[in-house]
Amino acid sequence: MTVDRAPLDASDERGLLPEGIRAAAGNLVARIRGGDLGAAPVIAGLLLIWIVFQLLNPNFLSSTNLVNLTMQSAALGTSAIGVVLVLLLGEIDISVGSVSGLASAILAVGYVQMGLPIALVIVAALATGALIGLAFGLLRTRFGVPSFIITLAGLLAILGFQLFVLGKTGSINIPFDSWIVQFGQQWFLPPWASYSLLGVSVLLFAVSQYSNSRRRDAAGLNSTSTMLIVVRSVVLLVVLGVAIWYLNLTRGVGAMFALFISLAVVMHFVLTRTRWGRSVYAVGGNVEAARRAGIRVNRVYISVFMLCSMFAALGGVFAAARLAAANQGSGGADANLTAIAAAVIGGTSLFGGRGSAFSAVLGILVIMSITSGLTLINPDSSIRYVITGAVLLFAVVIDSLSRRSRAAAGRA
Amino acid sequence: MNYRSPIPARTRTRTTDHVLELRGISKRFGAVRALSEVDLDVYGGEVVAIVGDNGAGKSTLVKILSGVHPQDSGTIKFEGTAVSIPTPTAARDLGIETVYQDLSLCDNLDVVSNLWLGRELRTGGRLDEVEMEQRSWMLLRELSARIPSVRVPVAALSGGQRQTVAIARSLIGNPRVVILDEPTAALGVAQTAEVLNLIERLRERGLGVILISHNIADVLAVADRVVVLRLGRNGGEFRVADTTSEMIIAAITGASDLAARRGPTPLRSA
Repeated sequence: MTVDRAPLDASDERGLLPEGIRAAAGNLVARIRGGDLGAAPVIAGLLLIWIVFQLLNPNFLSSTNLVNLTMQSAALGTSAIGVVLVLLLGEIDISVGSVSGLASAILAVGYVQMGLPIALVIVAALATGALIGLAFGLLRTRFGVPSFIITLAGLLAILGFQLFVLGKTGSINIPFDSWIVQFGQQWFLPPWASYSLLGVSVLLFAVSQYSNSRRRDAAGLNSTSTMLIVVRSVVLLVVLGVAIWYLNLTRGVGAMFALFISLAVVMHFVLTRTRWGRSVYAVGGNVEAARRAGIRVNRVYISVFMLCSMFAALGGVFAAARLAAANQGSGGADANLTAIAAAVIGGTSLFGGRGSAFSAVLGILVIMSITSGLTLINPDSSIRYVITGAVLLFAVVIDSLSRRSRAAAGRA
Repeated sequence: MNYRSPIPARTRTRTTDHVLELRGISKRFGAVRALSEVDLDVYGGEVVAIVGDNGAGKSTLVKILSGVHPQDSGTIKFEGTAVSIPTPTAARDLGIETVYQDLSLCDNLDVVSNLWLGRELRTGGRLDEVEMEQRSWMLLRELSARIPSVRVPVAALSGGQRQTVAIARSLIGNPRVVILDEPTAALGVAQTAEVLNLIERLRERGLGVILISHNIADVLAVADRVVVLRLGRNGGEFRVADTTSEMIIAAITGASDLAARRGPTPLRSA
């Protein structure tokens, strides 16, 4: 068989190959029309929310308020990363709030009452999360119980553990001079550090895109033009650079928020570039196909439930650090559903197989913007719940509609 | 183990290449005798069609070969050595790939991801997308398959293209035998032709192809040999070159057991 030198993927005349920036933009429009919305509606929604609140209260977009917003996002956002993973499988975990509450309690009791080193207590909290996730995963895979029921039972049982761990005290304050509270409240990246972190990240992004494009060229596949890579990198640099500059006008980028973003980036990489990540999407898309392809489906379920509960536990540690306290209400009330809402609002489908780790970041920013904006206008929390609920409903409707138009446009 | 070369790897002489030899295969499910004393031979570079009415035991036979159920009795020889096929993974490791009727594709993943699912190539722990995409194109080109882009979700493809992807996927592991379960069911005329062409490509590569089908026209168009199952037993075996659809249908329905036995050159009769 002769192999001619034409690009391999241009060998079929019906193939549609994007070329250049204009085509890339056209592609994006076509994708959105086809119902493959990606992050576009969330970003549009976020901008809309910001504009409305800025009009209602000029303090909303102040650097101080935005710094607060980022700091409030980190804890729940971390839990939301775990929820994204579970949703990708087409499952759900409604116990994340309880797990994070339990982790807060373990941190406070272990460090304050028992005097153990903080690092050890954090490891214990994460290990507890892993164990809980293991239990969920085993129940899901051995008995086939729907994850909604398993985690509903987990929600109640773990809440009981949380109250038990806290004991009669009910509320434990964590000393302000401990590094964990400093980390949660006081540590900000110095401007030079935040800018160099951004510079290095964008450089890495550009280099990996470029080397990938060269490899594709060498392999005879269509590749991203260097120009497009430069444009993308510059856009990324400018958008994030402006954001960091604005936060740096006051306190800057919080260490906890930076860690949250890094976790999202790492999970994004793991989901898109590793075999495990691919198998998560495959199981979420078609379990039977994944099983027949030789993927150990049970291991995927168990590992995802474990990771979800560990992220929830880490979120609980962050929450305790931020509040400098753990109490019976930690991880309770709306915290539980907010993490799930964030993942869904951020664009992760409830139907499985579709979403990204970044949807946790976008979703939590939307929810926290609403919370923060409404608090500025009117400190009464009743309206806040109503509006957050409405936004969640809206996001789910968008998810369902885009699923329908994907089916119509053949993008599933 | 992974598909590498665009040139057929099999250089052995065809038709003398006895890949699979099943003798006296029986299987019961409770009180139901699904298969009794069934024999089947598969040679490299040959398409064997297994036909039969509903409940004739086609699916059970395929499931035994693909490792879904083990047989109760009987022997399976693969390339001359007796083997047992306890699990789907064992079948695949031997070199028996099955393309299921419901295709088993992940609609949300693109063509490359589906082709390599469970067998992804990696460099330093990361997925090697470039290598996988390049080899996907080479494989599809070799099969003369028409897929507009390997980076669209499989859901965006037509029925025939999806079937093409499913069949191409079975080749990634470089198997010896490919089992196709009703590959043309639910396909239009042009798409059926495309899939039948693809089956001929598989034969050209020297693979043993087992084709399960209800459609006698498709069977006659592409198969070399037709094995008829009737009520869980061998109901006759025909060379397509010297048979007619009437004879096959007669053997399927059992309308003329005698005719099937006395038909022109029955290779082996029940």
